[in-house]
Amino acid sequence: MNPLAHYPDSDFDIELRLLIEGIYLKYNYDFRNYSPASLKRRVAHALAQLECKTVSALQDRILHSPQHFLDLLQYLTVPVSEMFRDPSYFLAIRDKVVPILSTYPSLKIWIAGCSTGEEVYSLAILLHEEGLLERTLIYATDINPHSLQRAEDGIFPIEHLKLFTANYLAAGGKRAFSDYYTAAYGSAIFDRALRRQVTFADHSLATDSVFSETQLVSCRNVLIYFNRELQDRAFGLFRESLCHRGFLGLGSKETVQFSSVAEQFEPFARNERIFRKR
Amino acid sequence: MNAILDPHRVQALVIGGSAGGIEALLQLLPALPADCPIPVVVLVHLPDGHYSLLPDVFAPHVALPVKEADEKEALSPGTLYFAPPGYHLLIERNRTFSLSTEPPVHYSRPAIDVLFETAADAYGPTLAALLLTGANEDGAAGLAQVTRHGGTVLVQDPAEARIPTMPLAGLRATGGQAIVLPLASLALALRALRPEER
Repeated sequence: MNPLAHYPDSDFDIELRLLIEGIYLKYNYDFRNYSPASLKRRVAHALAQLECKTVSALQDRILHSPQHFLDLLQYLTVPVSEMFRDPSYFLAIRDKVVPILSTYPSLKIWIAGCSTGEEVYSLAILLHEEGLLERTLIYATDINPHSLQRAEDGIFPIEHLKLFTANYLAAGGKRAFSDYYTAAYGSAIFDRALRRQVTFADHSLATDSVFSETQLVSCRNVLIYFNRELQDRAFGLFRESLCHRGFLGLGSKETVQFSSVAEQFEPFARNERIFRKR
Repeated sequence: MNAILDPHRVQALVIGGSAGGIEALLQLLPALPADCPIPVVVLVHLPDGHYSLLPDVFAPHVALPVKEADEKEALSPGTLYFAPPGYHLLIERNRTFSLSTEPPVHYSRPAIDVLFETAADAYGPTLAALLLTGANEDGAAGLAQVTRHGGTVLVQDPAEARIPTMPLAGLRATGGQAIVLPLASLALALRALRPEER
């Protein structure tokens, strides 16, 4: 049941550090400031799936093959599960943030850590219904090229649509959710028009810098994988990117409150974890 | 009974349960003394949308502060923590909580295995883990990990568990190293959790 049953923890820990350092030196993906407990679980899972006996064996494989590294990356990054996850967040964006955003002649929104795109389509649908999509540019960024490609494809398993639809309605959706996708061969293919305003790009909160001024940054359930130091770096990027009085939306258990930029943000929708730059 | 949760040895207690777990916890947790010297972390499977009520349900019955575990929060002695809904709850080596949206384990998020395995890694032989009634096998692999790290493993007596599947799986996974007790005895062990007299 446990792939690590006969693998001493102390060895695993040493080899994990070496792996993370090796990945950074070779591929410039920086997992050094990720929360260790979850990262360790994901590497253990990858060992089992990729049929490696030890982390060292995995390291040997990925250092000498970029393709194998990309395979590992699928396990190191955590996919998003739902559209309109936490419907109250999207409802608050719709009811409280959109009225302010609509005062701007043009909008830029950054979805940081967009993974396979569930949140991109959720926000695009919401902005479309509020009449803002046409004048909005959405930057959807992630470190995982495979996830970005899937986000761009906009194809999701049909069995998820029941949950997505329920979330959409709870998030104040104004139409039939089926207006936005075509069902075929067990998949739901989302309307291409939804991503006309979206730029998908490779960007790391750990190593890259700010690329544009934005009015809204949405970064949900990404920072929970970072340690405080890396969280602070990411918050710094968001603060720098956001315009005066711009909005920052986080996951339902995330907050700027304990970060180094805490003083520079105020709660805007407290329960929905939406903050506003002072 | 004092020996089971000897405060010189045990530095944290994690508890997992599923079907019937709330009733079991209502018998158990009121036994915790107000001066409980260790943190207690509880994860019980519930339908989505109900988890957040747990601290409010238990606070009137429990002598120590009750709260939902926060991301990056340090585990504090004498506090009862509940796992928040929709996330896995993990414990780091530096004895803070982490949350994760990794896929469900045994159809559950939060999953008991994730909490127990990371707690075992963080606390090693100073962890005590208790598995209660439930209808699936979540927690068994976690208990095995606690055993591997030399921690104390407690399992509710399957004979009195409302659904014995979970405690039975826990017993199988720990190969006779678990201490099997009915709730009444477990409550006594909790009651004995007090700072040592000097």
